[in-house]
Amino acid sequence: MRASPYIGLHIVIAILALLPFVLPNSFYMDLAIRMAINAVIVLGLNLLIGFAGQISLGHAGFLGIGAYASAVLPTHFNLHPLLAMGAGAALAGLLAALVARPIFRLKGNYLAMATLGLGIILNIALRNEAAWTGGPDGMPIPALGLAGFELNGDRQWYWVVAALLAVSVWASLNLIDSPFGRALRALHGSEVAARVVGVDVARYKLAIFVMSAVFASLMGSVTAHYIGFVTPGVADFFHSIELVTMVVIGGMASVYGSLIGAVLLTALPQALATFEGWETVVFGAILMLSMIFLPRGLVPTLAARFGRGV
Amino acid sequence: MPLLEVSALSIHFGGVKAVQDVSFNIDAGVVYAVIGPNGAGKTTLFNLITGVYRPTHGDIRMDGETIAGRSPEALARRGVARTFQNLQVCMNMSALENVMVGAHLRLDRNLLKAALRFPSLARRDIELREEAAELMRFVGLADYLAARADAMPYGALKRLEIARALAMRPRLLFLDEPAAGLNPSETLEVDALVRRIADSGVTVVLIEHDMKMVMNLSDRILVLDYGRKLAEGSAAEVRRNPDVIAAYLGAHA
Repeated sequence: MRASPYIGLHIVIAILALLPFVLPNSFYMDLAIRMAINAVIVLGLNLLIGFAGQISLGHAGFLGIGAYASAVLPTHFNLHPLLAMGAGAALAGLLAALVARPIFRLKGNYLAMATLGLGIILNIALRNEAAWTGGPDGMPIPALGLAGFELNGDRQWYWVVAALLAVSVWASLNLIDSPFGRALRALHGSEVAARVVGVDVARYKLAIFVMSAVFASLMGSVTAHYIGFVTPGVADFFHSIELVTMVVIGGMASVYGSLIGAVLLTALPQALATFEGWETVVFGAILMLSMIFLPRGLVPTLAARFGRGV
Repeated sequence: MPLLEVSALSIHFGGVKAVQDVSFNIDAGVVYAVIGPNGAGKTTLFNLITGVYRPTHGDIRMDGETIAGRSPEALARRGVARTFQNLQVCMNMSALENVMVGAHLRLDRNLLKAALRFPSLARRDIELREEAAELMRFVGLADYLAARADAMPYGALKRLEIARALAMRPRLLFLDEPAAGLNPSETLEVDALVRRIADSGVTVVLIEHDMKMVMNLSDRILVLDYGRKLAEGSAAEVRRNPDVIAAYLGAHA
């Protein structure tokens, strides 16, 4: 019974390993890569929202920091892309800590408001600082490479992203079932109970928020390098909402739910493209229906129906 | 030196003086009961001593050192544990995990080691699971070792909170109405459980309405009424006290 969460990991690895051999063309390969990238972001966000019970409505802002760090630093300062990626992650983590530190001393969920504001500010900054960021038109990103080897082509990108995803799933499963993870879930379940057993609630919320921001920034950099171009849209408010929706649809506090949510919502706009102009409406309707009929999210609802906890 | 010294403790919520000028000492190793009518300030007193509320006036000392106004997490480090009158069980976790959380301060809480599943952490977790299961058996929850917390009945959750508190290996344990809402046979079991806990060397402070249990268990009793100390002493002394009789029976003394 105890080993069961890791069985899913093997299935995920098996699917990731087989997928490139069954995908018919580069369109699907590209879709799979974007699904995997989103899945990693959503995993980090679900640790924050689902497990720790803290909502971030500005996570796309952190993606933006990573993406633009990978664009601006190598272009204007000649920094190595990997260093730029690290610098972006450090900046995202620092910013997250600065914003959240005072908030977590307050009672109640103010993080949603603060991150909402932060995301919007970052988005505006990226649009307006055209001399550095190219403004609304965006800017190209240099290739990602190390010691003469350069990542290019769908295949290479796929294996890199797939490995990142597999490691992220493994690390998330580990974290949830550890003293740190239990403390996190406990403060979500009952903050006062967590405090009286000695959990420094503010510190734990801060740690997981910073971690999810760093994750988002790193994946922002990866996305930017993969696409080769970045626009302020990456840090858009609607992108933040899309990420939260992936968490909620897949299932809060469910590792595999994060994957399903990311896969479905990445595929959905493609599937809805035939509705021409109505896709946002259909998208909204699907979200509403799933909230009404699957309020806990897909994976937890289905798992409960089939009598197993995930 | 007493383990806990409370002197002239008061807290005001706006104009409401929930606890007023209450003083008492608790010696190590005793079972100490706090009784009084509903709204007398018993739970508020617990919240003050365990750091959930900050006192308006007065002092609380543990081992002679002031702890008034310290956070609950700081008090947990000093060996103060508690349960709650209105249950505070983490319903998003299993019963066993709830107990495991009690051991929080005794564990390696490193995030990175946890994410990478260091062998030392994994090994400690296996031991911890066994420890937590042992505590669940100790409080009489052997049937719930594999249960989710949100699938357990009220009486079992009350005892789950006690198991979680014991996982802290406390020196001073505050039990807020451990027998409330329990049937007579469950109450007897909790009575015996509190006795076993006290015998293991933990100083127990208990709020309880079941007078038989209080008189049977307690070495000393504090009586509160309208936030003030009405009486304090052994069970026999408190029972004879005319003020206590008046407060409980509503007679005009």
